[in-house]
Amino acid sequence: MNKYVERLYNGIIKENPTFVLMLGMCPTLAVTSSAINGLGMGLSTTVVLVFANLLISIFRKKIPNGVRIPAFIVIVASLVTIVEFLLKAYIPVLSESLGVYIPLIVVNCIILGRAESFASKNEPVISIFDGLGMGLGFTLGLTIIGLIREILGAGTIFDAPVLTNIGYTPMTIFIMAPGAFLVLAFLVAGMNIIRKKMEEKGKPLAKPSGCITGGDCANCASAAGCTSPEKKEN
Amino acid sequence: MSDLYHVSSAPHVRAKDTTSRIMLYVIIAMLPASLFGIYNFGIRALLLILVTVASCVASEWIFNKIIHKKQTIGDLSAVVTGMILALNLPVNLPIWEAIVGGVFAIVIVKMLFGGLGQNFMNPALAARCFLLIAFAKDMTNFVTDTYTGATPLAAMRNGEAVNTMDMLIGRTAGTIGETSVIALIIGAIFMILMGVIDLRIPASYIVTFAVFMMLFGGHGVDANYITAQLCAGGLMFGAFFMATDYVTSPITPKGQILFGICCGIFTGIFRCFGANAEGVSFAIILSNILVPLLEKITVPNAFGVVKAKAAKGDK
Repeated sequence: MNKYVERLYNGIIKENPTFVLMLGMCPTLAVTSSAINGLGMGLSTTVVLVFANLLISIFRKKIPNGVRIPAFIVIVASLVTIVEFLLKAYIPVLSESLGVYIPLIVVNCIILGRAESFASKNEPVISIFDGLGMGLGFTLGLTIIGLIREILGAGTIFDAPVLTNIGYTPMTIFIMAPGAFLVLAFLVAGMNIIRKKMEEKGKPLAKPSGCITGGDCANCASAAGCTSPEKKEN
Repeated sequence: MSDLYHVSSAPHVRAKDTTSRIMLYVIIAMLPASLFGIYNFGIRALLLILVTVASCVASEWIFNKIIHKKQTIGDLSAVVTGMILALNLPVNLPIWEAIVGGVFAIVIVKMLFGGLGQNFMNPALAARCFLLIAFAKDMTNFVTDTYTGATPLAAMRNGEAVNTMDMLIGRTAGTIGETSVIALIIGAIFMILMGVIDLRIPASYIVTFAVFMMLFGGHGVDANYITAQLCAGGLMFGAFFMATDYVTSPITPKGQILFGICCGIFTGIFRCFGANAEGVSFAIILSNILVPLLEKITVPNAFGVVKAKAAKGDK
C-alpha cells in the first residue's frame, strides 16, 4: 500500500480516534447533538490537525526538545483562533451551536497526540496525510454519533424532517447528555465486535489507551504520570 | 424430618424461597394496585400492563438467545420489572413508547450489566426516568376521560386544596398503579407477612420524608399537608415496591436504614425545590447508585471480633 494511503487508512479505520483510540471524548460527547454539529466539529478539527501537523513537521528540527509542548500549543492555538474567526465570519450559525468547543480544540488530545507522536518525527507531506486521516476518522466518528442522536432525538437527518413526518415522537433524551453516552457506548460495543473479528483474521486494530505516542515511552513527555496499559517500565 | 438431611456440603437446611417464588409474591402483591388501576382508568390500563410485561419478557428472551446464554425468563423478574414499569406509566402513553421502555429496562439496565443481581439500578425505574426525559409530554399527560385536573401533587404545588380521602382510595389522576394508597398498602402487608420485604427501608424512607416535609415543606407541622404529601404521587408505591428491590438496595440492616433516609431526603429535595412536582423515581435511582458506598460503611462486625477502634482505646 502507498504510504500516504496507508496514513489515511490508519487514521480512518485502524487507529480511528473516536472508536479505536477513544481520544477526544469531550467534543465527541458534547457537540454531537446533531449530524451537522458533528460534521462541523470534525471538519474544524481536521483543518487544525492538518495545518498543525504541517507546521510542526516543518519546524520539528528548530523546536528545542525541552519546550516542544508549549511550542506545539502556540502553533495549535494560533490555528484554532484562525478557524474560530473564519467560522464566526462565514458560518455564524455553526459557530454559535458549537460555542466554546471550537476554542477548546486547542486542548484536543488528538492534535497534541499527533504532533508528539507523528509530526515531530516525520516529513511534512506524510504528516499532512496523517493529520488528514486522523481528522477524517474523527469527523466520521462524530458525524455517525450525531446522525444517530439526531434521528432518534429529533427525528431529522441534517435538519430534514424524516421521521417526524410519519408520526414519530422524538426521544428528546438522545439530544441531551445521557443520549451521547448511550449512543457512544453502543457504537464502542459494536466496534469491539469488529475488533474481535479483525483479531481473529490476524489484522488487529490499535488498542484503546491514553497512549499518545504509540508506545514510544522513551520520548514521551508525559511518561512519568502515565497510567496507560501500554506503558513500558524502563 | 428426612427431607432435612442432605449428604452434601453446607448449607444443609434450605428455605423454600427461590427467586421465582419471591418474584411471584411480589407480582401477587402488585395485583390490588393493578386491578384498581384497571378499574380506575379503564381497559387501556390492562392493555398497557400486558404490553409492557410482554415487552420485558420478550426482550430478556431474545437477548439471552442472541448472546447464547441460558434462558432466565423463568425467574419471573422480567414480569416484575414489566409490572412495576407499567404501574408507573400514565394510562394514555402510546403503546410503542411503553414497549421502548420495557426494552430499555431489560436490555440496557439489566441484561447488559449481567442480568438479575448485577444491575446497578432498578431497571423499571431507570426505564421510567428514561421515558420521562425522552417523552416528557406523553409521560406527564395525566388527563383522561375521568380526570381532567392536575395530579394531587401538582395541585398541592400550586397551593390548591386536595381531597386526602380520594387519594387514599385512589380516585385521582396519576400513573396506573400509584394512585390508590389502600391497594398499595394491602400489597405491602402481604409482602411483609410473606417475609419478602421488611419494614426497614419503607419505614425509614417514609419517616425521613415526612420529617423533611415538616422542615422544608413550607407548611410546618401540618398533619393534613403531610398526609397528603405522603399519599400523593409515587411515594407509597416507591417506598414499598421499588426501593425494596433486593438487587439495588443494601444488604446490611444499617445500610438499609441509611438507604431509606437517602431516598427520603432526595424525594423531599426534588418535591420541594425541583422543577417537577414528583421526584420519587429519580430519588430512588440516585440512592441505588449510593448503595455500594452505604454497604461499605455499614459492614457489620464479625461475631467475636473486637472493633479495631475499641481495641485501640483499651490500651
